[in-house]
Amino acid sequence: MTTRAVSKSKPKSFWLFAGRTALTAALCIMAAITLIPFVWMISSSLKLDQEVFRFPMRWTPGVWHWENYLLIWKKVPLLTYFQNTATVAVAVTFMQILTSSFAAYAFAKLQFKGRDPLFLCYITTIAVPWQVYMLPQFIMMRSIGLYDTIWALVVLQSFSAFGVFLMRQFYLGIPNELCEAARIDGLSEYGIWARIVLPLATPAVATLIIFTFVNTWNDFLGPMIYLTKDTNKTIQTGLRRFIQAYSSDYHLIMAASLCSLAPVTMVFLFLQRYFIEGIATTGLKG
Amino acid sequence: MLIAYSFLAPNFLGFLLITFVPVIFSFVIAFLNWNGGAVNKITFAGWDNFAAIFKNFSFTKSDLGITLRNTTVYTLFTVPLTIVMALFLAMVLNRAARGAKFFRAVFFFPYVASIVAICMCWSYMMMKTGPINQLLALVGIHVGKSWTQTKDLAMWAIVFVGVWRNAGYYMVMYLAGLQSVPGELYEAATVDGANGWQKFWKITLPMLTPTTFFVSIMMVITCFKIYDVVAIMTDGGPGRATKMLVTYIYDLSFFQIKYGLGSAVAMVLLIIVLLVTMVQFRAEKKWVNYM
Repeated sequence: MTTRAVSKSKPKSFWLFAGRTALTAALCIMAAITLIPFVWMISSSLKLDQEVFRFPMRWTPGVWHWENYLLIWKKVPLLTYFQNTATVAVAVTFMQILTSSFAAYAFAKLQFKGRDPLFLCYITTIAVPWQVYMLPQFIMMRSIGLYDTIWALVVLQSFSAFGVFLMRQFYLGIPNELCEAARIDGLSEYGIWARIVLPLATPAVATLIIFTFVNTWNDFLGPMIYLTKDTNKTIQTGLRRFIQAYSSDYHLIMAASLCSLAPVTMVFLFLQRYFIEGIATTGLKG
Repeated sequence: MLIAYSFLAPNFLGFLLITFVPVIFSFVIAFLNWNGGAVNKITFAGWDNFAAIFKNFSFTKSDLGITLRNTTVYTLFTVPLTIVMALFLAMVLNRAARGAKFFRAVFFFPYVASIVAICMCWSYMMMKTGPINQLLALVGIHVGKSWTQTKDLAMWAIVFVGVWRNAGYYMVMYLAGLQSVPGELYEAATVDGANGWQKFWKITLPMLTPTTFFVSIMMVITCFKIYDVVAIMTDGGPGRATKMLVTYIYDLSFFQIKYGLGSAVAMVLLIIVLLVTMVQFRAEKKWVNYM
């Protein structure tokens, strides 16, 4: 941030050192508070149910009950929940990238009548919370037979205005001269989109992929409204059903919870950079 | 022209049917008597739905009043606490110190972590004999109650999880904001003999005003939409102690099947969010001109 190249007298540097140490200590305490639930989750998932709330508590299980991780798959159709969620997440992510990168090209690189009013219309609906129109949307989806199927969630989230906005902002930064040159060389607009603009927009695509994936994976209200049959549930509502059915099997609930964390954690660890760049540049939530 | 429309069509048709039409539709339903029955049974209600939800309005008794109060209390505590945490983390991690990357990932992680998993974990940890109460007992604070099942504590549990989950996200936005503060300002201040504390109050904080403003607006809107944490941890309870605006909309629309009333409450939420957005829009214009 800054260069602090000023000569310091002895006592001043002592206070600086003390301050730094205090800051580091505060940072470590906050990191501990941030991570404690995850540690507790791991430890509880390997205990027996009556051991979880024993007084005084112990951070490690007396005996490590790895079999908890085998039990959970037999109690509820957890694997089906995972498959459903993965299907929704992958389908939504794919559709969003496809439709928004396509539409953003029209908004950013082409001239047509009504472009700016239409874009304003897109932007305005981003400001309207989904919770405001979830009911009419539900009524419409149900009337076309998309009730209690995971495809309802796919249809719901495939055409986001936010995706178009994000991609458009990025496309605007790609020089128009590149597209012009390609046009002169005889490339069609589709060709320019596929071979020039989209490849250059990889960071924006990566950001959109991650946010869509994490949002879909953690979506709770959508599946609550649309999915009722047990075998149709996604991981979040499925986990909730697990909790309601086996409310005192704390150890199993924690084991299942930990499993539900695994995929997003993997995505996060590998693609962290794009998360952070994405937030920094757009400052928007999906 | 045609080519442009062909690019637009897939997204636009979906957007039109899935988002735009329902948005318009939601205004209409708010003025209808519709309790889930057949379409030919629907009658025009005028302002009746609004009259019904505002009937005997009181912040301590009527459903709308209580949910508005709860959502406001949640927002008023979560936003400043999160901002202070996020700013502190960003300030400390902005120096290219050892382990900054690691800490940044740690603090950001709660934001992506599975929502049901973390909410359940926190409510267990806040149980009567859970680790939180045991740790508090060590420093002499004896709670002896389960946080999520106690009227006076449930809201704090929700606020705590809200701050814990969001601080890392907004930390990243502050880190981006800090990048835009010119280093020369600090150098000049150092030459003038300013200490770290003075630099923070006189340079960093004022320079970060646009970020802080943007973050607050975004957070207020996000906070007003809270549903999942409450649904998982307290289910709006005990009693109505943590019942939020969206919980109320959900109850009316999908449990009681009172479409008209549900949409009327949804309009209240919309108006609040639009007012906040307008404040942002105005102020942003001012800042852009100013800078």
